Amino acid sequence: MDWLKIGSAALLIGMLVMIWPRMRHAMKHTPKGTSEDWKSFLIPLIAVVGFVAFLIMMVRG
Amino acid sequence: MLGNQSVASRPIESVLSTNKVIRSTYQLLSMTLLFSAFAAYLSIAMQASQGMGLVATIVGIVMLWFVLPRTANSAAGIPVIFAITGLLGFGVGPMVAYYLSVNPSIVMTALGGTGVIFLGLSGYALTTRKDFSFMGGFLMVGLLVIVGAALLNIFMGIPALSLTISAAVIMIMSGFILYETSSIIHGGETNYIMATASLFLSILNIFTSLLHLLGALGGDD
Repeated sequence: MDWLKIGSAALLIGMLVMIWPRMRHAMKHTPKGTSEDWKSFLIPLIAVVGFVAFLIMMVRG
Repeated sequence: MLGNQSVASRPIESVLSTNKVIRSTYQLLSMTLLFSAFAAYLSIAMQASQGMGLVATIVGIVMLWFVLPRTANSAAGIPVIFAITGLLGFGVGPMVAYYLSVNPSIVMTALGGTGVIFLGLSGYALTTRKDFSFMGGFLMVGLLVIVGAALLNIFMGIPALSLTISAAVIMIMSGFILYETSSIIHGGETNYIMATASLFLSILNIFTSLLHLLGALGGDD
């Protein structure tokens, strides 16, 4: 295994270590969203998916 | 009467303060993006290796975790955020150089696409003024799953998983743009340096993931 993979793995392990406590904190303190809230999140997300699909089709020609 | 004036002026002060954070964040964000693009250009001009790119990225991330939180409330935070964004831009250089050599139009498309996604999502959060704070837990879990999957794929090397991760990164980072912008609007984030760092990371991750997706699915990877 080359050192690039080892370096990348070390970076990602570091990220996991840093993200874990923040995730636990966020899980405990995040307010619950209503179905209306989630809908307002899904609309722009679907637009992003559609836009990325459009870009892929554009690059494929 | 004076008491009434005080109560009435509080929301106005709050709105002015929020607008100031938004304006400062976007000003700093545009400057750091330009600086990062310059650093990426330097990296390409110097023909920096992937190893150099990785070292620059690691140093940038370590500064982001340990130096920025300690300096973000002082003037020292400005040079630190520029150093971080410069290092991350330099780190992306070898990847951009590769795609420029394969198909330069992919890089331009990814750049333009990232700009449209960021402006569209920020515009959505700013105009609707919806509170996306409920997404915090979901986004952090998504980020953790993505990093775990990316770690696994370093050893497994499955191309389909790599593409799935890139697609998921675009989704999660889009969510982070909504979350961070909404957090600034609703007073959850009052530090424009930290807000800039968060938005910069989302933009950079969307750009690199879009580049990867377009490179692979465009038939030139």
